[in-house]
Amino acid sequence: MGETRPGATRRAVMLGGLAGSLAATIRLEPALATPERMRAAIRNVVGEASIRKGRVDLEVPPLVENGNTVSLAVSVDSPMTATDYVKAIHVFNEKNPQPNVISVHLGPRAGRAKFSTRFRLADSQIVTAIAEMSDGTFWSASADVIVTLAACVEGI
Amino acid sequence: MARPLINVPAKVKRGQVFEIKTLISHIMEPGFRFTTTGDKIPRDIVTTFSCSYNGEEIFRADLYPAISANPFFDFFTVATEGGTLDFKWVGDNGFSETASAKIVVE
Amino acid sequence: MSRRTPRVPPIISRVTTIVCLLFAIASSVHGTDIPLDQRRSGYLDLGHDSKAMQDDDTINPAALWVQDGEALWNQKTGAASRACADCHQDATISMKGVAARYPAFSVARNGPINLEQRINLCRSEHQQAPPLASESRELLALSAYVGRQSRGMQIAPPDDSRLVPFVEAGRKLFNRRIGQIDMSCAQCHDDNWGKKLAGSLIPQAQPTGYPIYRLEWQSLGSLQRRLRNCMSGLRAEAYEYGAPENVNLELFLMWRARGLRVETPAVRP
Repeated sequence: MGETRPGATRRAVMLGGLAGSLAATIRLEPALATPERMRAAIRNVVGEASIRKGRVDLEVPPLVENGNTVSLAVSVDSPMTATDYVKAIHVFNEKNPQPNVISVHLGPRAGRAKFSTRFRLADSQIVTAIAEMSDGTFWSASADVIVTLAACVEGI
Repeated sequence: MARPLINVPAKVKRGQVFEIKTLISHIMEPGFRFTTTGDKIPRDIVTTFSCSYNGEEIFRADLYPAISANPFFDFFTVATEGGTLDFKWVGDNGFSETASAKIVVE
Repeated sequence: MSRRTPRVPPIISRVTTIVCLLFAIASSVHGTDIPLDQRRSGYLDLGHDSKAMQDDDTINPAALWVQDGEALWNQKTGAASRACADCHQDATISMKGVAARYPAFSVARNGPINLEQRINLCRSEHQQAPPLASESRELLALSAYVGRQSRGMQIAPPDDSRLVPFVEAGRKLFNRRIGQIDMSCAQCHDDNWGKKLAGSLIPQAQPTGYPIYRLEWQSLGSLQRRLRNCMSGLRAEAYEYGAPENVNLELFLMWRARGLRVETPAVRP
């Protein structure tokens, strides 16, 4: 059964291309309790290793005017030398139909462990970035994002 | 039609960390939407984006449906010697797009 | 259904509006025009990241369409095998200020036409090419490329007496209640701009940056598309693309926005 919170249902209606009618007939993919799915997706990447808080700076606007295009910038505190660098940065979300957002693979040639992109948020939720270091450690940061919906969408 | 947009500095100094920006047209259909008649719109996304510097990969991203349409990336690399940056986007339904940019290092 | 309300002096119109609101009866059909010095672009209400997206051509997704437009500008097309550039040369010179003064009067159509219609007229008259479909990638690309050349310039509707009846028709449409929601454009965008409607800020609806990259569409789109969205929002049957109502509304809106600066291609939520 899809999510029944008004915000998610309205998003589903808009995504389904209908103009905000009562959404009884619109269904999303069946969703598990999604914070658990995010944790499972993180475990998939990290395995049994412990995840430490810090060294990762996750920049997302706290209030987003449209969930279709949210700016994302992740930077990690690392010298990015041949022996001490960020191997990968993985970004996850809590309430989209899928918990993964992106996995970025870096190396010493990056010079700076930072990237920016734009992504989608189906609802107000928590976003988490996990940095995988060359020494095998994992570091993380999270942000809580409020997503507002656009006015006057297409019904036709 | 719809060539990627690449932005790199015109000239860089050896050892300098410089910024690369890329934009490509792509619908990034997530595969979770339905038509008004109830049919699922199939997923159609870019799945991998990579950048090579004189043949050596310096950046790679695995994309999921959560990445917005018209994917944008902004990332960094260290200027080694002059040459070519090659970009490649690969996705569903056999999607494949490439672009390149010259790098002048002084 | 339109009602003919005689024009009254602004002060009486304002008092009437306040009195009606006090009694919670919105009987006034005509919105009160926004004073010229209080008009503002929706850009000012954007979040920090959206503003940055608009301001930087290296990260604005609309730049993809502008790039395509430039390629199309230089591409020979139609039975005449002619490119826009063959007549208009360098668009950065010849197209400067053009978008800022559209819609304009067309003798061929005996009425106003917008920029997209002008492009299609050129195609049929001078390139012997078929018209580009509304909201097609090619038409939007050309419109964005031409519009881009007016960026920073003030919107300058033509001082053309032939346009006056059409501007008036547009004004009437702007003030006309429509749809199941039974409200007019003016009631939100003249009378209640700056306030919130279900969490969204109501803008003045000044079309300074069309065609826009709308985050909701995740694509570039024209003013007509946006107007059709607005009408859907009011549960009204939207006018078809190219309908005279759409062009008259566009003409009126650009007159209403006169003096504000072109931002094409803008980013909006």
